[in-house]
Amino acid sequence: MSINQLEAVETAVAHPEEAAGGLARDAVRRLLRSPTAIVGMVLIAIFVFVAVFAPVLAPYSPTDIDLTDLRPGVFPGPSAEHLLGLDQLGRDELSRIIYGARYSLLIGIVSLSMGALVGISLGLVAGAFGGWVDSVVMRLVDIMLAIPSLLLAIGIAALLGRSLTSVMIAIAVVNVPIFARLLRGSMLAQRQSDYALAARSLGVTRSRIVLRHVFPNSLAPVIVQGTLALATAIIEAAGLAYLGLGSPDPSVPEWGRMLAETNSFLASAPLLALWPGLAIVLSVMGFYLVGEALREALDPKLRR
Amino acid sequence: MLKFAVRRLLLLIPILLGLSILVFVFVRALPGGPETALLGERSTPERAAQVRAAYGLDRPVYEQYASYMGKVVQGDFGVSIQTQRPVSEEIARRFPATVELALTAIFFAILVGIPLGFVAGRRPNSWVDNASTAGSLLGIAIPVFALGFLLKYVFAVKLGWLPGIGRQSATITTDHPTGFFVLDGILTGDFPAAWDAAKHLILPAVALGTIPLAIITRITRAAVQEVSSEDFVRTAEAKGMTRRVVTRRHILRNAMLPVVTIIGLQTGLLLSGAILTESVFSFGGMGSFMAQALFSRDFPVIQGGILFLAVVFVVVNLLVDISYGFIDPRVRTR
Repeated sequence: MSINQLEAVETAVAHPEEAAGGLARDAVRRLLRSPTAIVGMVLIAIFVFVAVFAPVLAPYSPTDIDLTDLRPGVFPGPSAEHLLGLDQLGRDELSRIIYGARYSLLIGIVSLSMGALVGISLGLVAGAFGGWVDSVVMRLVDIMLAIPSLLLAIGIAALLGRSLTSVMIAIAVVNVPIFARLLRGSMLAQRQSDYALAARSLGVTRSRIVLRHVFPNSLAPVIVQGTLALATAIIEAAGLAYLGLGSPDPSVPEWGRMLAETNSFLASAPLLALWPGLAIVLSVMGFYLVGEALREALDPKLRR
Repeated sequence: MLKFAVRRLLLLIPILLGLSILVFVFVRALPGGPETALLGERSTPERAAQVRAAYGLDRPVYEQYASYMGKVVQGDFGVSIQTQRPVSEEIARRFPATVELALTAIFFAILVGIPLGFVAGRRPNSWVDNASTAGSLLGIAIPVFALGFLLKYVFAVKLGWLPGIGRQSATITTDHPTGFFVLDGILTGDFPAAWDAAKHLILPAVALGTIPLAIITRITRAAVQEVSSEDFVRTAEAKGMTRRVVTRRHILRNAMLPVVTIIGLQTGLLLSGAILTESVFSFGGMGSFMAQALFSRDFPVIQGGILFLAVVFVVVNLLVDISYGFIDPRVRTR
């Protein structure tokens, strides 16, 4: 995420004029009217459904090995027993894709919540106190943004050692400066608003204005970013898996790793690269479409 | 204007200083520390102590940092543990590859993205618009290494049209005075070598350029659409100006402001982060070098490399800011 895109998100939702409830209701209505948002929500719904009910949906266990048709260099393709064929170790590809949704969802949600929690706290502190606190926090954020995000994620994942947890922490750290900057920018804009001035002239205390009025009204761009961050988390996790930084356990059916592993037998079994690739693209698209639609729905400039 | 540029430049100093501290601490936090990385399995407490003394790791951290920074400002990043050569030399050898790749990728993205975004913005909801929107979405949703696999499989393995690995065929033995292989071929008059290097660039550049392509197309489309509905465009059309003049002078010129910014920012990003693409195509630039260094815990390279790439990144972003001041005079007064 470039600084420019950040600013686009920041300015997109700078001045909601009505209370959060009104805007939220309005946003939901507009979201349901947008065809791309509905496509995105359907994709997300399928993704979450598959992840949650994986044990019910998967025809086989993702780790069971079927050696009947497996010979070196031969990859049994789709058949009636194995709809998507067998992978290089004789495991049912469909079951692995289905279980893989769990890992993608887990990585996305955990890294998003950790990153957003720390980022929002930093942004809230900076936006609420201003002055030197703001300067210190924002310089720290600038430093983090000066390191290209993938390099930062790789560095942290390598530092923590190969595991799913380190992948989640690495992606979370990349998210921290993005959320901090967004919330702080949004809060600064809200503090200038008329309702904040009105509250102050009524004698409402500063902390109450910030926490009860400014903060809730500043959250819209953060929500948009949160949706987009789920999409980037899936992509980044796949990239880290390709570099060998995912879980060290080869039985873990993680889409990024499944895709990366096909590199060595791409010519003989291209379909095995297609399935996890398709799973990644469709789930990323789902979050991306909804995020974009949310940004438009929450933009008060487009309200009628 | 000068004041604006100088102020932005001065703001960089604390950021880079902070960054160098962060990276320095980060490297020392690697599990087992740099000495374990150096000794590997053969590490014993005595040998570890020897290595710590040899690399000055037994001194207080602030002393280590001061002496490191003293050398860095003179361009000395230490010696790589893997190759036993100065880190600055290694960077100088590999960075041209990354620059070559990044510039080709951004050139591809501009060449396709601006015309596509322009047509899409001028004719909203036409088939061009819908196709470019769907294409941009796909470009953003595909992991870059997966796209690399796909391109390699189709064009290198199946069709055999283009090479899928390395920067130049092994049979070519041209001199490399600049390190930019295409330029080297032209300079030394060895045109087959230049052509060979250019062919090696195509697949990785397309893979790397897809995300900037998607972003440039979207931004161009949005900007063209916004400018097209401005009053001055309607005025120009009402005055009876030809469509071509309106397009070129009124719409394109004004719509290019955000596009130029995004091109600059994306170039900075590509120069600093082609790790995955370079690994897929074994391209031998900074990205694959950094990935290797991280795995083998080559701490002088990690330290120097991240610092170097971050400097490139912030300097390119600074240039974008300054160029923006040139294009749009309103920015300077802010």
